[in-house]
Amino acid sequence: MGSLVQFIFRYLNTTENDLNYWGLDYPPLTAYHSLLCAHVAKLINPEWVELHTSRGYESPAHKLFMRATVLVADILIYIPAVVVYCLYLVEGSTKKKVTTIFCILLYPGLTLIDYGHFQYNGVSLGLALWGVVGLGLGWDMLGSLAFTLALNYKQMELYHSLPFFCYLLGKCVKQGLSGRGLLLLVKVAVTVLVTFALCWLPFLSDSHQVLQVVHRLFPVARGLFEDKVANAWCSLNILIKIKTLMSTETQLSLSFVLTLLAVLPSSIKLFMKPTLWQFKLALVNSSLAFFLFSYQVHEKSILLPALPVCLLLSDLPLMAIWFLQVSTFSMLPLLLKDGLLLPYVVTSLAFLYFSLFLLSGLQRATDEQLRLQPYHALFSSILPCLPRFNLGRITKWKFVVSVVLMACLSLGIVVLEPPAQLPDLFPVLVSLISCSHFLGFLLYFNLLQLSEAPARRSSKKSN
Amino acid sequence: MAAPMSELSGWFPALAIGVTFLKCLLINTYHSTDFEVHRNWLAITHSLPVSQWYFEDTSEWTLDYPPFFAWFEYCLSHVAKYFDKEMLVVQNLSYASPATILFQRLSVMFVDLVFFYAARECCKTVGDNKAKEIIGKPSFALAALLVWNFGLLIVDHIHFQYNGFLFGILLLSIARHCQSRHLEGALLFAILLNLKHIFLYIAPAYGIFLLRSFCFTSNNSDGSIKWRSLSVVRLAALGTIVLSVFALSFGPFIAMGQLPQVVSRLFPFKRGLCHAYWAPNLWALYNVADKALSILGVKLKVLDVDTLPKASMTGGLVQEFQHSVLPSVTPLATLICTVVSITPALLHLWFRPSGARGFVRCIVICAMGSFMFGWHVHEKAILMAILPLSLLAVESKEDARTFLLLTTTGHYSLLPLLFTAAELPIKVLLMVLYTLFTFTSLKTLLSKEGSLLSTVEGLYLAGLVPLEVLCEWVYPLTTWQGSMPFIPLLVTSTYCALGVTYSFIRLYLSLLRGQGVKHKDKSQ
Repeated sequence: MGSLVQFIFRYLNTTENDLNYWGLDYPPLTAYHSLLCAHVAKLINPEWVELHTSRGYESPAHKLFMRATVLVADILIYIPAVVVYCLYLVEGSTKKKVTTIFCILLYPGLTLIDYGHFQYNGVSLGLALWGVVGLGLGWDMLGSLAFTLALNYKQMELYHSLPFFCYLLGKCVKQGLSGRGLLLLVKVAVTVLVTFALCWLPFLSDSHQVLQVVHRLFPVARGLFEDKVANAWCSLNILIKIKTLMSTETQLSLSFVLTLLAVLPSSIKLFMKPTLWQFKLALVNSSLAFFLFSYQVHEKSILLPALPVCLLLSDLPLMAIWFLQVSTFSMLPLLLKDGLLLPYVVTSLAFLYFSLFLLSGLQRATDEQLRLQPYHALFSSILPCLPRFNLGRITKWKFVVSVVLMACLSLGIVVLEPPAQLPDLFPVLVSLISCSHFLGFLLYFNLLQLSEAPARRSSKKSN
Repeated sequence: MAAPMSELSGWFPALAIGVTFLKCLLINTYHSTDFEVHRNWLAITHSLPVSQWYFEDTSEWTLDYPPFFAWFEYCLSHVAKYFDKEMLVVQNLSYASPATILFQRLSVMFVDLVFFYAARECCKTVGDNKAKEIIGKPSFALAALLVWNFGLLIVDHIHFQYNGFLFGILLLSIARHCQSRHLEGALLFAILLNLKHIFLYIAPAYGIFLLRSFCFTSNNSDGSIKWRSLSVVRLAALGTIVLSVFALSFGPFIAMGQLPQVVSRLFPFKRGLCHAYWAPNLWALYNVADKALSILGVKLKVLDVDTLPKASMTGGLVQEFQHSVLPSVTPLATLICTVVSITPALLHLWFRPSGARGFVRCIVICAMGSFMFGWHVHEKAILMAILPLSLLAVESKEDARTFLLLTTTGHYSLLPLLFTAAELPIKVLLMVLYTLFTFTSLKTLLSKEGSLLSTVEGLYLAGLVPLEVLCEWVYPLTTWQGSMPFIPLLVTSTYCALGVTYSFIRLYLSLLRGQGVKHKDKSQ
């Protein structure tokens, strides 16, 4: 405990925890995880964890150790979550469940970022997935506990928090606000508060420390976006230089309002109808809306919508595979900077090939299977004279064209030199194309959630 | 009867494409000196005239494979020049630019297509069972065991060699014999001999089988040989094929009067009894016994420390060994031992032929006999026994049991080839995955109730796990790592040698008990 107290002082922006040298800017649980890894590292080789002298230290054994910690964390948290989810919450034969596990684990984006770029997204996403599993199986308190832990690991999980909130609140209301519903509400609230308190315990003694941590977690000084991100602001910036035109406060309010507008329909629908299917779609919609319109979004945040889309692989294989591939593609400039071209190409090809083969993505693409009825309704209301298209076939062709386009652009970004007056041409193209895809997906998933759910789903899912 | 290929036709490309993706990811892993060997040979065959190929010795890695492999490298070199011209310069020793690495790795992956084709042909010769799902069928299990073979993956695509290509030709030849297309099989084997002469070890099996089962067209009623049924036509055809292949290969060198030089390059007996990492064969056990006896002798004051030879068996790369207590071993002695060990199998093949399956069994025994008793055997040679044994393992419970033991210990003995930190998770995880698959698939296929292995065998294999932990993790952190760094290798070799020897004995017993006759033959 003594070393823990010493450790927490390093949150303060002193020379020991210099923000300029990758200072700690994640919530407390990440800090505790790092402490645990540091203790193990010290057993193996104390040189690895010296405070200042180990900056930039990179021997092969040390690299192996750090990568191994990611693997251990995944084996303990993320992979079991995926397995349990598929075994209990996916309908179908054992073969279908196992192939779904395989395809989810094959998703290139998470593997490349966690193991190539090096991060611990598997922990926060795994904990969030445990939250989904808990809620899906009816264990609301455990689900809330898991999600709160996820929140305390990475603040980006706030993208997922609105659906969790609306789902639980909607469930409480459905069960009657006086009686069982109220009891559930109280239980969940207590779980969340206690978990927060336990995680932040070392810092609660001093309000100054709490503020400092919060200041680290939400760096509003950094601006609307950084680098080239596939979200609406970055794309808009190409036409209208909003970053320079508007002041920081205006930018903040604009992004806040737009995000809220984008998230509102989905959250309200979930509140009115708290089922697992609605919950999964709401997770997608909410995190995608946050990604597109929120403040200071990083490219890696696309992993947050990607996780719930992975959960939709068994229901909507083609659309899920398409989204997941675009999400990996959107991170291409970052991956190239890390020298991950070969793994990117191989894992993307492997993912596309095996998911389409095992989940019969291209075969299960009729209008009904892709839930495209709302589009027919939309078209017939706007242009009643047009004949009824085979939207399923059109979607398949759009998918093929899109994949070819992404492949060509990936090839181009490696082989071709950008013209001198447009040095950022390729990253901009990548983010523009990805952004347009994401906007299309936002529309699709919102329509899907807002239209009536098909009767195909078995009644035991509604809880 | 052959398995219906239509069901396998969707899965086989998936297996092949999947393993190719994995091989792509292994492009930038550690490669051994074999990489430089092949680069050097590309350079020699490209830059020098044929008359110089077997004389060139700028690099220590001289050309020591038969002429067809040299021509193979020559063909590759014509593609290589589009990747990086510098690799084709003989003086550029240890040249390893990214383009060179990419080209060499891609070339191995490309010629693995031969292996995929051969595996598919082998799957066609395997019988069918009544399983409803393709995953429960022997052809699927065989396809996965061959195409995803762990030993082949790490030796070819990390350590760097062209074994997939060569074993592909071997398996294709075996498949042709199983399909009664004997002339094609003989042709393929003759080509194979001229690609890598290590396959001479199994040539006796081929010779006896072809003579007995192909040249003598029928048997007497009691199964013994009918001397009058000798088909001179067939014999002549075989002879023509084999001789013409050898003439094509060695002809130019005989014409140039270089045959002695070529032979001396192909058979260098100056190397020691054991490779630096002892292959887990009988000589490893022999060396350990000798060392143990000498230490014991010194302790008991029976031997004098000063009279013991100083040359250490455990240091250096390729040194001469001298045993202290037990008699020293000469190349001739190993040859005699090898011949003696495979003779019973050959005699069995002659007197009691049991079709193609018996032939495969004899091949495996010849390969294992040469592994156990040969001179300067490399542990990679265990693959020559493991791959043909896969064909037998998916059909017979006894063979599956032997296969499990041999494969697990054989693959485990290959792990020390990759000694870098970065490759450690790859090799361990791949080995665990492959071993788990082998166990579960063979158990599902052949033994629904109870396990395939006996308790002792199971315990022996389970002992590999703590052995690995000790050798790779615990030992390097102790103080003995500095003074006696060879101990993990020694322990690994000895432990695996026990398993390999046991498998060899089991194989012989199953042969002599007539296992091969169980399967219905097509080629009698």
